[in-house]
Amino acid sequence: MSNETPLLSIRDLAIEFRNQHGVARAVDNVNFDLWQGETLAIVGESGSGKSTTAHAIINLLPGTGRIAAGSIKFDGKELVGASSAELESIRGREIGFVPQDPMSNLNPVWSVGFQVEEAIKANNPGMAKQAVRAEAIAVLQKAGLADAAARMKQYPHQFSGGMRQRVLIGIGLSANPKLLIADEPTSALDVTVQRTILDHLSQLTKASKTSVILITHDLGLAAERAEKLVVMYRGKVVEAGPSLEILQNPKHPYTQKLVAARQVTPRVPHTSTEVAVKVSNLEKVYSIKGSGFKSTPFTAVSGVSFEIKRGTTLALVGESGSGKSTVAKMVLGLEKPTSGEIEVDGKQLAGMKPAALFDLRRHMQPVFQDPYGSLDPLQNIANTIAEPLVTHKVGTRKERQERVRELLEQVSLPWAISTRYPSELSGGQRQRVAIARALALKPDIVVLDEAVSALDVLVQAQILDLLAQLQDELKLTYLFITHDLAVVKAIADEVAVMNKGQIVEFGSTAEIFANPKQQYTRNLLDAIPGAKLL
Amino acid sequence: MVGYIFKRVLQALPVFFGTTLLIYFMVFAMPGDPIVAMFGDRGVNQAVYEQLRAQYHLDQPFLVQYFYYITGIFQGDFGTSFSGQPVGDVLAATFPVTIRLALMAVTIEMLVGIGIGLFAGLRKGKLFDNSSLVMSLLLISTPVFVIAFVFQFVFAIKLGWAKPTVSGAAGFTELLLPAVVLSTLAVAYIVRLTRSSVIETSGQDFVRTAYGKGLTRQRVVRVHILRNSLIPVVTYLSIDFGVLLVGATVTEGIFNVPGVGRTLYQAIIRGEGPTVVSFVTVMVLIYLAVNLITDLLYAVLDPRIRYGK
Repeated sequence: MSNETPLLSIRDLAIEFRNQHGVARAVDNVNFDLWQGETLAIVGESGSGKSTTAHAIINLLPGTGRIAAGSIKFDGKELVGASSAELESIRGREIGFVPQDPMSNLNPVWSVGFQVEEAIKANNPGMAKQAVRAEAIAVLQKAGLADAAARMKQYPHQFSGGMRQRVLIGIGLSANPKLLIADEPTSALDVTVQRTILDHLSQLTKASKTSVILITHDLGLAAERAEKLVVMYRGKVVEAGPSLEILQNPKHPYTQKLVAARQVTPRVPHTSTEVAVKVSNLEKVYSIKGSGFKSTPFTAVSGVSFEIKRGTTLALVGESGSGKSTVAKMVLGLEKPTSGEIEVDGKQLAGMKPAALFDLRRHMQPVFQDPYGSLDPLQNIANTIAEPLVTHKVGTRKERQERVRELLEQVSLPWAISTRYPSELSGGQRQRVAIARALALKPDIVVLDEAVSALDVLVQAQILDLLAQLQDELKLTYLFITHDLAVVKAIADEVAVMNKGQIVEFGSTAEIFANPKQQYTRNLLDAIPGAKLL
Repeated sequence: MVGYIFKRVLQALPVFFGTTLLIYFMVFAMPGDPIVAMFGDRGVNQAVYEQLRAQYHLDQPFLVQYFYYITGIFQGDFGTSFSGQPVGDVLAATFPVTIRLALMAVTIEMLVGIGIGLFAGLRKGKLFDNSSLVMSLLLISTPVFVIAFVFQFVFAIKLGWAKPTVSGAAGFTELLLPAVVLSTLAVAYIVRLTRSSVIETSGQDFVRTAYGKGLTRQRVVRVHILRNSLIPVVTYLSIDFGVLLVGATVTEGIFNVPGVGRTLYQAIIRGEGPTVVSFVTVMVLIYLAVNLITDLLYAVLDPRIRYGK
């Protein structure tokens, strides 16, 4: 490979999908070059065509997708219109692929070892069985699975998300490809896990001079990991160039918005003396079923105490498994604490009669993480928002309709949306609906469990703005659960950092960011993608 | 695993006693006196009547009769039919025929149903897919006796490819035609089930990843699509096998197959309590065994399911 021609050269690429209404162009007029050993990131929101472009390179477009025009030249070969035999010899061997979601990208019915060996066999025909096994173990070890030999026989469900992603990276790199396509390889993982995995990935690809196309919705992550950026918006490339240049001097309005969304203005802290929620010495022990009749106790939460003042936000931060969601469930009265006390509006949650708990729920409402899973797909938006009102027998039909109108306005959604169904809405719109539903009963306290984690950066910023604005208007108290410290700055007054079921650090948001005392907190802060670039 | 099987067998005990008690009670409650029925129009001598009542324990209360019956079963004695033939012998004569027939039918279902379903699923929306859907709908909506008579008439009588009825020996070639008839309905369901399952699996992320590894289409289909798609199909197949094992009354009747279905039907018509109860008892046991084997098969196909841990 000479240095005169790029390894991958995409010209005038257009991709179309067929649907009931005819043909929709998902990607249009995409051009970029990638040189040997280079890392290029394609950045954009969901639906921008970034994944579609990447899948088109190795002709893995889903469903009715097809390349309508353009050329993809890889290592001197034209890939558009290549035969399936040619593509099979290029996939895996010359272009490795690391998919997005580690949970769904390993076949659950085959052992991990089998799935790695299969990739090695496909790209090294005639290799002896023993050699394939040895190579598979080496590949997994290189990908960061220390006990690879022992875990070969295990199945994907016995691996954590991070471990599975390591396996997928191992598979993608198993044949030492010239190019690796990594499609949001870490967006489903905790920030700290994300960082270790990306560090490892860049180490491996640097060592082997593998070129990388990194697809991500996170501009900070892209700028941190790639030399070159391609920003996509609605199927088109709106900006391309060296990463730092784009980050410092974005030209296109969309890129400017993306950059702006990263520069969070720290909020003016809210203070109050009145206590809305008081939690003291909270403990939750689950019993994990062991073999036979034995069960081992597992302490999910222990010795957790905090207070949330009225009209302020407390952020509960930690990695998955730190017990933060368990605390949220107990505060909402959805789980019973093993010991400890929860006081809401001065009333003890423990020993509360069902009727009193029902009443309490009028004052305290949840918003959950997944806007796809938390709305009933068979209810239209108006009914969804009105449901808490119906349940609590608030108002007449007409009054309820009026309230739905008011709520939609509050969350900046048009009235026309009220007769639509969740499947017709975008992720951001759905989360607005979920917030409207939570506000229907005019609660004082809202528990937000990873409420913005599943959203694109720009949508995330909008929802955070909305939450802050509603808090001021309605004097709301928030318990904000998140694994992502980046959003905490915009919304929280105080932060409690949780690790292994305990609060390890507590302080005002400014304090925690400026002067973290625990190593664990520092790790969380360092793991924010692109933190150093700002 | 052994512990799990042991637990399942323990769970089967109350089911076994419950069903046999229920069946025994229903036969007990059937109208008419079986001993009077044995003698038909001739009437029965009082002394002989009393002796027979005592011999069959019919003078005892219901639970005592049931107890005698159950202890008999555990000693390998299924009782005597009113014609004097031991019920055990009747069971031994009819079950092998039905098992042979069921195995043949299930094999046909598996080969034809999964084959066509896979092919149709991989070619969603194409001619083969659409015509197999129409064909399966046609088979599902045709009653089995219609199919049986049509096949009997066309293949046996007109074309002479097979014998129209089955002899006492019930050999492999003789059973082929009834087996095909028995399998038609299930084939139609399995085609549809396999097809939709294959379409669903084909859209999974891990299938795309498998292509991304550089695997050939043939290997992706065989290793990643087929096995994952078979899990619901196996459930259906094993339930169907259980149904076939307890006899197909209509088909066995039409082709004169000396199997369980026909024999049980005749026993019910004649009011032969011991025969009916024993047949049903064996059927219950077969059902329980097939269910257990299905559950164990799940764990083989899907490693996420592990029992007894």
